[in-house]
Amino acid sequence: MGTRDCQHQIAMSSPAAGEAGATGDWRTERPVLDPALCLAQKQEKEACQLCWVYCPDLCIARGVPPAVLLTYCKGCGICAEVCPTDAIAMVPERESAAAAAGGAR
Amino acid sequence: MSISILTGNDAAAHAARLARVQVVAAYPITPQSPVVEMLSKWSDQGDLQAELVRVESEHSALTVCIAAATVGARVFTATSANGLAYMNEQIWWAAGARLPVVMCCVNRALAAPWNVLNDQQDSMSVRDAGWVQLYCRDNQEVLDTTLQAWRIAEELGLPVMVCYDGFLLSHTVMPVDVPEASAVDAFLPRHEPIPVIDLARPRNVGPVTFADPRANADGVICHGYMELRALHQEALTRALQVIPRVERSFAALFGRSRGALTWGHLLDDAEVVLVAAGSIGVELTVAAEALRAEGVKAGVLGIRAYRPFPAEALRQALQGRRLALVFDKAMSYGHEGPICSDVRSALFGAPGAPPVFGAVAGLGGRDAAARELAEVARRALADLDRGVRQRPAEWVNLQLEERA
Ligand code: SF4
Ligand code: SF4
Repeated sequence: MGTRDCQHQIAMSSPAAGEAGATGDWRTERPVLDPALCLAQKQEKEACQLCWVYCPDLCIARGVPPAVLLTYCKGCGICAEVCPTDAIAMVPERESAAAAAGGAR
Repeated sequence: MSISILTGNDAAAHAARLARVQVVAAYPITPQSPVVEMLSKWSDQGDLQAELVRVESEHSALTVCIAAATVGARVFTATSANGLAYMNEQIWWAAGARLPVVMCCVNRALAAPWNVLNDQQDSMSVRDAGWVQLYCRDNQEVLDTTLQAWRIAEELGLPVMVCYDGFLLSHTVMPVDVPEASAVDAFLPRHEPIPVIDLARPRNVGPVTFADPRANADGVICHGYMELRALHQEALTRALQVIPRVERSFAALFGRSRGALTWGHLLDDAEVVLVAAGSIGVELTVAAEALRAEGVKAGVLGIRAYRPFPAEALRQALQGRRLALVFDKAMSYGHEGPICSDVRSALFGAPGAPPVFGAVAGLGGRDAAARELAEVARRALADLDRGVRQRPAEWVNLQLEERA
């Protein structure tokens, strides 16, 4: 169809990471996790993980503590909202840029 | 073959049965209801091997058809007026997803005010959605056109709306030649769908599509929204060839031809051409004959395919005539009748194009008999003789003032 290699005549895509693009560039605030407050970190095992469960874009990796994949995190703040210990803070991009090196995970 | 006495609704249901539809989902609405009642009866008796999905609304009816067509089933639905309006979101989805859904639209006036009688405002209001729209003159055509609709839909990957006038056709009996199932099988072989669902290669169907073409996860550049829309338009343009070809192959098998994009009556030497879509065209043939008896060379040009609009065929058919008088059973409110607008735009700047006058007739079931339509033509000709070339549409049989 048309001249493209995709040969699509309708909108189609293969399920794959980042199929909707690098949605991280939509973000105005980024989640910054304080390991000292994270239950997983405190218990030294994969406890809680609610942020991983709730992230609508599957861009939190399970772990001790969990890690945010900033390429796709669009900054919705749901992880910060559901975190029972307020271990995740939403920091404006402009401020977090400076702290980026050690801040967000 | 056997001749049966059928209503337009019966004829549509027979077409769906003969096409061996696999999924039917429809919600009853006057005057469409008997189509669905008949299909459910056949299904109950085991004469129709289709999945009948009961739904709570027209929006869901078309949604079921969309889902079933996506996985490759041959699907059918039917509706009218406010039911069609309630489907509106999915009308656009079926078209943009390029699904070969066949739907009968049993033309009825849109509320408000509430009215179950015929005009063509319902289907005309979704003419821009990217469906093929075919209009029928009589019950034989309802059956034949609905059968042809699947061939057109499946070849082009486009939904097709078969429009026929509520009550005037849907509830009126006529002799209809119902073909044998085996003959229809030869005309309409099993549909081989585009393999959208493939377990070995899972895909998202209909994901968000951005403005510009973009690489997918495998690095292949995929169309943006505008490219997909251009391909859709290209398929509708191709339908201008496919509709006549399907009609020819139908004629070769079944021995009858009802016109392809348009049909004509007494057209060859006609100076005044009456233009319309649907059953009012038959009434116009009687009007044209009455005008001829008075020495006015009148003829009828019927529009069978309204989308895609057969602009080139109309330019050729109307070139060199004195007048084109277009009868619309719908309005683009705030402007004029939709067919009238489209005929004007098709003729604009064409050499030898006649003036185009509009008339609005039959809204909400208002009678428009042949003698009255002939009167409209006589008044139009009198205006033409006085040098009028542009005039507002006449509303046929309008009675806004008290009669003396
Ligand atoms: S803000 Fe949190 S929940 Fe939202 S996308 Fe980013 S990681 Fe996921
Ligand atoms: S929701 Fe909060 S406490 Fe729980 S794992 Fe995530 S960051 Fe740690």
